[in-house]
Amino acid sequence: MEILGYTFMQRALWSATLIGALCALIGVYVVLRSMSFIGAGIAHASFGGVALGFILGVNPFFTTVIFCTLTAWAIAFVSDKQKIREDAAVGIFFASTMAFGVLLIGLMRGYNVDLYSYIFGNILAVSRFDLYSSLILGVVVVGLIALFYKEFLLLTFDPEMARVVGLPVRTLNLLMLTLVALTVVLSIKSVGVVLVSALIVTPAASAFLLTDDFKKMMWFSVGIGVGASWLGLFLSTWLNVASGAAIVMTVTLIFFLCFLFSPQRRRMKQRMSRLKQLIKS
Amino acid sequence: MFDQPATIVELQNLFVAYQDKLALEDVTLSIKAGEFWGILGPNGSGKTTMLRAMVGLLPLLSGSVKVFGRPVDRLGDVRQRIGYVPQHSRIDMYFPIQVREAVMLGRCGKIGLARRPDRSDHEAVARALQLVDLEDLANRQIGQLSGGQRQRVLIARALALMPDLLLLDEPTAALDVGASESFYAWLHQMHTKLSSTLVIVSHDVGVVSRYVTAVACLNRRLVAHGLPHEVLNRDTLEGMYGCDAMFFRHGDVPHLVVSREQTDVTRNRKLTDE
Repeated sequence: MEILGYTFMQRALWSATLIGALCALIGVYVVLRSMSFIGAGIAHASFGGVALGFILGVNPFFTTVIFCTLTAWAIAFVSDKQKIREDAAVGIFFASTMAFGVLLIGLMRGYNVDLYSYIFGNILAVSRFDLYSSLILGVVVVGLIALFYKEFLLLTFDPEMARVVGLPVRTLNLLMLTLVALTVVLSIKSVGVVLVSALIVTPAASAFLLTDDFKKMMWFSVGIGVGASWLGLFLSTWLNVASGAAIVMTVTLIFFLCFLFSPQRRRMKQRMSRLKQLIKS
Repeated sequence: MFDQPATIVELQNLFVAYQDKLALEDVTLSIKAGEFWGILGPNGSGKTTMLRAMVGLLPLLSGSVKVFGRPVDRLGDVRQRIGYVPQHSRIDMYFPIQVREAVMLGRCGKIGLARRPDRSDHEAVARALQLVDLEDLANRQIGQLSGGQRQRVLIARALALMPDLLLLDEPTAALDVGASESFYAWLHQMHTKLSSTLVIVSHDVGVVSRYVTAVACLNRRLVAHGLPHEVLNRDTLEGMYGCDAMFFRHGDVPHLVVSREQTDVTRNRKLTDE
């Protein structure tokens, strides 16, 4: 436990808490709206944003926020025209934004940036700036979700009804995509471009298996996200392996446990066995 | 409250198309306050399209739709006077939401952006649940209900607004004959109790025609409209179903009879068309 005395470890724990909670919270909407692929698409787009930051000599955090948000809006715009399905639009931006990043990095002769840490993340390298910016943006994201709780709920549950009752559906959709983009950007330094979508989707999917109440699903998801982040972080320092990968493997393990012991499945099984008994008797 | 205009819904030379296929052709219809309309027609006749056009869910190709005197693309606060009940199969039954919360979402527009429901909202929801007799199931997740009960949740969601105009899309699709009979009787009661205007879409010619005050027979075009007993004759039904059909009363239950030969002919014609 003496490792907790180190500043880098304390920052890592704070970061794991913030990111675990935020990803899990936004993940509830991502999972229920079947937007998992968009989440992954935005995450990969962040690579283009990071490269852009390096070539412009700006803190990649800012370029990535803008780049990811614009990519999310572009996906919405292209698929809003109805001609192209959303998953196809994501597929196009998914690869092209990443290719854009690779091209930019190719243009930088003799760069010495640790890109590996952006692709797979390194939570132990989180800086004070990263932590504070995460905290501020995290408060903004949670605040907006709390403010538009019922609007986002209706938009997720029944988007057509949201239009009928007169909600500004297009604006709310863009807002939600922006929140996903912000969450992704906050997380890439810690868990990396490739793994962040797991942190968004898996806790929410696990929570979905545990409850049929929306608010409880949010709490369970956040609990699983934070718990898995802490556990993964300790495992990674103990086994001396990459923290992002350890966190993702932990949350995946939790998902499978939820899958096996889900009350819904248990209820279904009980019903089936009761039926079988009835048929036998 | 607003002064109720005599005409609640006005469709004028309405054309609606899905890509290059016309779903509604030149439909003109006006629905007056307090009326109970049944929109009848076979599958693909544009019934649902007509209802969706009334709440502004569809782009109009030409013509106009006015609800409470306002063009449908600029309904504004008039939206809070319209209750819309979609087909319950459109709802994701695995969604983690309870009956009470789902009903409350019907008032989302009325409560206002970024505001929380207050006591009057909770009272309206309780009243709506009482009207559809779902108080006992208010805390159940929607997936744990039967198809008919889920349909009632959607009706309660619309009633939570205490709407002056209630639009229902195939509300009896999940019900058997007996249940759909009692549903219409209940709806008839609602109509008198709430003194609102009702429009119901159905392919159930027999039952609907006994409860509504007016019918519109649709087959992309408006084949006929008016009082049920005047409109529902052999010619109309032939125009609506594209084949020889008869409608007669036998005891209490009206029947729709469609000639088998004729349906085969129309079916074959459709197949060769494709």
